[in-house]
Amino acid sequence: MDFGLSEEQVLLKDSVRRYFEGECPTSRVRTVMEGSDGHDVGLWSGLTEMGIPGLLVPEAQGGSGLDLLDAALVAEEMGWACIPGPYLACVMATVGLLAVDDTSVAARLLSGIAAGDILATVALGEDGDEWDADRVQTRVEGGVLRGTKPLVPYAASADVVLVAARDAEGPGLWLVERGAGGMTIAPLEGSDMTRRVARVTLAETPGTKIASGRRAIDRARDAGLVLLAADAYGGAQRCVEMTRDYVLTREQFGQPIGAFQAVKHQLADLATQLEPALSLWWYAAHAYDHIPEDAARYAALAKAHLTDLYDRAMRDCTELHGGIGFTWEYDLQLWFRRAIFDRAFLGDAAHHRQRAADLAGW
Amino acid sequence: MNLSFSPEYEAFRADVRAFVAEHWTAADAAATEVDPDSVAAMTGAAVRTDERAASFRTLAIERGYLYRHVPRAYGGSEQPPDPLKAVIIAEEFKAAKAPFEIMGQGPSMLVPTLLEHGTEAQKQRFVRDTLVGKIRWCQGYSEPGAGSDLASLRTKAELDGDHWVVNGQKIWTSSAQEAEWMFALVRTEPDRPKHDGITYMLIEMNSPGIDVRPLRQMTGDVDFSEVFFENVRVPADGVIGERGQGWVVSRSTLKHERALIGNAALQRRTFDGLLLLAQTVELRGGRAIDDPVIRDRLVAVETRLLAAERHGQRLLTLSARGEDPGFAAMVPKLYATGLSYDIAKLAMDVQGDKGLLAIGEEQAHFSGMFTVAYMWSLGILIAGGTANIQRNIIAERGLGMPREVRK
Repeated sequence: MDFGLSEEQVLLKDSVRRYFEGECPTSRVRTVMEGSDGHDVGLWSGLTEMGIPGLLVPEAQGGSGLDLLDAALVAEEMGWACIPGPYLACVMATVGLLAVDDTSVAARLLSGIAAGDILATVALGEDGDEWDADRVQTRVEGGVLRGTKPLVPYAASADVVLVAARDAEGPGLWLVERGAGGMTIAPLEGSDMTRRVARVTLAETPGTKIASGRRAIDRARDAGLVLLAADAYGGAQRCVEMTRDYVLTREQFGQPIGAFQAVKHQLADLATQLEPALSLWWYAAHAYDHIPEDAARYAALAKAHLTDLYDRAMRDCTELHGGIGFTWEYDLQLWFRRAIFDRAFLGDAAHHRQRAADLAGW
Repeated sequence: MNLSFSPEYEAFRADVRAFVAEHWTAADAAATEVDPDSVAAMTGAAVRTDERAASFRTLAIERGYLYRHVPRAYGGSEQPPDPLKAVIIAEEFKAAKAPFEIMGQGPSMLVPTLLEHGTEAQKQRFVRDTLVGKIRWCQGYSEPGAGSDLASLRTKAELDGDHWVVNGQKIWTSSAQEAEWMFALVRTEPDRPKHDGITYMLIEMNSPGIDVRPLRQMTGDVDFSEVFFENVRVPADGVIGERGQGWVVSRSTLKHERALIGNAALQRRTFDGLLLLAQTVELRGGRAIDDPVIRDRLVAVETRLLAAERHGQRLLTLSARGEDPGFAAMVPKLYATGLSYDIAKLAMDVQGDKGLLAIGEEQAHFSGMFTVAYMWSLGILIAGGTANIQRNIIAERGLGMPREVRK
């Protein structure tokens, strides 16, 4: 019985944090935010050297063959450091490929992902906040796809897109390569420019079916939910630390404002809510690979709870900063934007609580 | 991360289970139905203290299963600390409704104090009988003018020959009516600074001059009292530690594995009842649980409960690894306080208009037991240091924020 991280996991977290502290201060984050595609190739190749894109790729394909928990610990550190880029898309595509029927195609792509040669993403959701595989409207007939995917992460940078669609047999996953005929990619402006999205239109676009049924789609979505929860936790923790440091420095009435009970209590409450939430997403990540009966439900619970907490953390931390927290130049707002993304992407908290109730058979 | 127990621990579990099955029969378990409205029942603790329970506890102590942190010389089972074994024992005893370590302030607060500061004679006199429930204790700390600022207490004791003479008043004294003894903080050095003038004293509750006046709670029950002292004589050897050192003596806390057991158990029990209620109660033509707002709130509180339970596993792991839990150990009480309230409030709302019915009213769902939980969620908000005191501690000791000015 050991509900804690291994030495290797602690080492992974530490090395990623050191890399971000050295290479990606918020000045670099802001530069990437203002860039055209939100993808810092230099940063990504550094991560590739550390083996991050291949964490979940089997060793046979050049990866580390680790668990979602390991990938989520990296997501936590990215949330902590506000790291821009396609990591979420990469992990969701990876776990989708691990669940497909066509293993030879998957093996080729997974090797490319681990080596940093292929950037993969997933196109799951559709207009109307639809993330359920059974309600997907994108159609496949005669080997071509027709439909719209309104919020595809890093579609403009991706070499391949795994598209959730349906044919006569029902839902499944199709592989669409960059530049495929009839595919239009329209980058969108999000509140959080550290995680880009684009509207992808498929008009008679050729694609290869790689998975039948909803399993690959569900696995990709559930992994995404856990990663968003981890990102939210990392971000919220960072903001609590930032705010604690600020209220110990900022003086009013001749003393640090952190000496006032109202300030202490607000921060204590926030930190108290956050601390046990760590164990919730740890368990969700662990269950994803090791406790199948809990995997989908805990992914939903963790995403709902952590993104709710992230929202609250950002509100409280901004309030505790006063006016400076509301400015563009002060970094706190970068995390507020990430909280907006984490909360909305893959469906909101109430939606996932509804799903969790259904999954419990209530 | 690995959530199963190793073969060594599974073998230990099998031993414990076999022991319990042999010595605590199904008939014993069936006779162990405590009052379902009691707080003890809500925590899932079977609190029998009769002869049958006492003899079982004695056997369990001999086997090394109960009071593992207490030396054998004083009635414990003196086992090396092992949080995982402690959890296995607690789980197996609870599953069989077998008598576990007695809850209450005697075993949890007085015994650690005696072990750290008591004389050999005091340890021999009190520890063993307290552990098996032969001596019941109440705690004489709070006074009408000394709550959060406990060290300002004014109940005084003056030396008169070989006796102390105690005068004053305590309040919020749990179990004062049943207890045979009280461990109390009294002022013996009125001229010293307030923390330095306090003595830790053991007072027999049947002493002449003690007047216990029960206080009725908002639930209608009586769990605590006011205790008045008028020229109560206490033998001079009834002091633990040095005269005037009572503040330090009273800081002896429960620093052992037991503190980790039963994390969120009370909240789990109330939630399971709430879920059953929501699935059975009819509300506006359907099951309450099918109301989308109730359904959402139900999952939201369940999520926080699951987080608390997993947090308990994390604390257990840190303890088993011998790592300092630090901040993680500071939050469970405040966390549970808010959670208890939200679970109980939802249980009230799930009953719709029937929620207004009183405790014990037959037309009320489950005889109004959720109203007890609802009211008790306010009780735990206050008991053992109010939520705002907890916030101070978390901010100051946990987050390193400045201590407030205290006089």
